[in-house]
Amino acid sequence: MALILILFPLLIAGLALALPSNRARPWLLPLTGLVHSATTLLVLRSPDQKTYNSWLLLDPVSTIILITVSGLFLLSSFYAVGYLHHRIEQSNRFFVASLSAFLSLISLAIWSHHLGLMWVAIEGTTLTTAPLIYFNKSKQSIEATWKYLLVGSVGIALALLGTFFLAYSAIAGGKEASLDLASLLQTAPDMSRSWLRSAFILLLVGYGTKMGLAPMHTWKPDAYGEAPGIVGAILAGGVTSGAFLALLRMYQILLAAGEGAFASRILIFMGLFSMLTAAIFMINQRDFKRMLAYSSIEHMGILVLGVGLGGLALWGALFHVMMNAFTKGTLFLSAGNIHRAYKDKSTDAVQGAYRRLPFSASLFLAGFFAITGSPPFGLFVSEFSILTGAFGSGHYLAGSLFLLFLLLVFIGMGITVLKVVQGRVPEEVEHSEYRDSVLTVVPPLVFLLVVLLLGVYIPPFPRDLISQAQLFLGN
Amino acid sequence: MNDILNALFMLILTLNLFALGNDRILSIIRIVAAQGVLLGIIPLLMHSEPTIPELISSAAAITLKAIIIPIMMIKALRDVKIKREVEPLIGLMPSTILGALATSITFLAFARWNTTMDGHASLIIPTAISTVIAGFILLTTRFKALTQVLGYLVLENGIYIFSLLLIEAIPLVVEMGMLLDLFVSIFVVSIITNHINQAFSSLDTRELATLKE
Repeated sequence: MALILILFPLLIAGLALALPSNRARPWLLPLTGLVHSATTLLVLRSPDQKTYNSWLLLDPVSTIILITVSGLFLLSSFYAVGYLHHRIEQSNRFFVASLSAFLSLISLAIWSHHLGLMWVAIEGTTLTTAPLIYFNKSKQSIEATWKYLLVGSVGIALALLGTFFLAYSAIAGGKEASLDLASLLQTAPDMSRSWLRSAFILLLVGYGTKMGLAPMHTWKPDAYGEAPGIVGAILAGGVTSGAFLALLRMYQILLAAGEGAFASRILIFMGLFSMLTAAIFMINQRDFKRMLAYSSIEHMGILVLGVGLGGLALWGALFHVMMNAFTKGTLFLSAGNIHRAYKDKSTDAVQGAYRRLPFSASLFLAGFFAITGSPPFGLFVSEFSILTGAFGSGHYLAGSLFLLFLLLVFIGMGITVLKVVQGRVPEEVEHSEYRDSVLTVVPPLVFLLVVLLLGVYIPPFPRDLISQAQLFLGN
Repeated sequence: MNDILNALFMLILTLNLFALGNDRILSIIRIVAAQGVLLGIIPLLMHSEPTIPELISSAAAITLKAIIIPIMMIKALRDVKIKREVEPLIGLMPSTILGALATSITFLAFARWNTTMDGHASLIIPTAISTVIAGFILLTTRFKALTQVLGYLVLENGIYIFSLLLIEAIPLVVEMGMLLDLFVSIFVVSIITNHINQAFSSLDTRELATLKE
C-alpha cells in the first residue's frame, strides 16, 4: 500500500510528461487523487498495512498528516481541471507532472521513519513545487520562484545539518549513530545534550523555513502571491504540514531525551513571534493573496505554539493541522477564482466580488470566518483547545498574547476581505467573462463543509486518532 | 594515512578562502569542482578497506560534484555572458579575512569545547562548520545569481563533510537520494537563472525587488 501511495503519483507524473493533449492531461490529477485517497482509506481500514518495513511505516501522527494531504490533493485536483481549462493557451505539461510528483514525495515524507529519507523527500517537495510557482512565467513569478528556491534550499540545507547533528549526538553520547526514528527514540536519553540542542535549533530553523515560521518566512508572501491559487492551497496545506511533521519528529526525540522543557520554550516563542509578525503585516494589506500568505504564517505559528504548550494544546494543534489545511483550500481556491475574474489582486481594483462571482465571494467570506476561528467552524474547536491548554497549564502570558494576536489578525484580515467581497465593482475595472463553474466552486465548498461538520461534531475516529497521536508523541 | 587526510582537510579550507577571494565566476566554479574531488576521495582514505557502497557513493559524489554540476554551471555562465562578480556587498579581501577568522574561531572553539573527540572527528567537525560558514558568506554577500548558487554548493559541501562522521547511519539509498536532490536543485536553478537573465537582462539579484510590502 505504501508503495502505491508513493509510486503511483510518480508514474502519473511520467505519464503527464509523455501525454501530448493539453486538454486531457489535467484529468490525470483527479485520477491520481482518487487512487491516492482510496488507497489511504484502505490503509486506514487494515492496520497490518501500516507497516511496510522499518523505514516506511505509518504511526498515528503521520496518519493525521496523510489524511490531510490526501484529502487536500483530491479536492484540489478537480479544481485544477477547471483552472487549467481556463488557462488552456499555456502548456500544463510541467504543472501536472510537478503536482503529481509532489504528491509522491510528500507521501514518502509522511511514511518515512528514517529522518535522512524524510529529508530527501521534503527537499524533493521544494524542488517539485518550484515549477508550480513559476507557472505564470511573469517577471514577478520568476522573482518569487528564485526567492523560494534560494531561501528554501538554504533552510532545508540547515535542516540536513541538524539531522546530522542529531545522529552525531548519539555518537557523542557514546552510542551508535542512526537516523532511524525508533532507534533515535531509544538512544535519546543517552545523547549528548549540547549536540542534541544544537540539532533542534538547526532543524527548527530548517524545517521552520519550509513551514514559513517568522523570521524565516520571507519567501512566503511572494510565492503565495504569485503562484496560482491552487498552488497556494497545496503549499499552505500540504508542504507546510509535511514540514510540521518533521518538526514533530524532532520534538518527540527531545521529549524522549528529557529535553521537553527546552523545546517547549523555544516553540512557544517562535509560535507567538510568527503570529505577531503575521498580524503586523496583515493590517492594511492590500494584496489579498499576500494576505493569505500571512494568514498561513500565523497558523504555522499557532501549530508550533500548540506543540510547545503541550497537553490539551497539543491535541488542539494536531486537530488544527487538518482544519488549517482544509480551510486554506477554501480560501486559496476561491481567491484564485476572484483573481481570475479581476486579473488583479489589489483591493484597489478588486471590490464587489460578490456581484461578479457570488459563489466564490461567499466562500471567500465564509473561509475568512472559518480561518479566524469563529464558531461553529472546526478551527474554533482547535484554537479553543490551545487556549484552554495554555491557561490550564499556567501559561497565562502566552495564552493572553495568543488571544490578542488572534484579535489583531481578525481585524486586519476582516478589513481586506470585506473590501474584496462587498461594494460595487469599480468602474475602471474591465469587464470579465469569467464565471463560477462547478469544478472551481464545488471543491472549495466541500472543504468548507468538512471544516464546518468537524466543528459541530467530531466523530470517534478522528478524535481517537488524535488522542493516539498525542500518546505516541509521549505527552 | 592520517597525515594525508589532514592535508586534504587543510586543502578544503584553503579552497574555501580562494573561493571567497575570487571575483571571476569561472574560477569559483573550478574551485568548487576541486573541492568536490577532494570530498569524493576522503571517505576512501578514512577506512583501510573501503566497501562496495562506499566506493559507489564516492564515485557518485565525484561524478556529480566535480563533473556534472561544474559543466552545468559553466554552460549557464556561457549562456548569460558575464564573467565577474562586480561590487559585492563585502569586498573580496574583507570577505576572505572574514572567512579565515570564522575558520580559526571554529577550530579554537571546538578544540576547547570538546577534547574527548576521537580521531577524525576533531578535524572533520570544525572543517565542516567552517565550510558551511564560508558558503554562507559567499551566498549572502554576492549579488550575481550564479555566485549565490556556488555559495550554496560550498555550504552543501560543508554538510557533506560532516556526514563523513556518520557513514553507518546514512544508508546508500539515502545518500544517493541526497545527491539526486542536489542534482535536481542545480538543474532547476540553472533554468531559473537563465530565465532571470532573459527577463531582466541581468543576473543581478538586486533587480528582483518588485515584490515587497
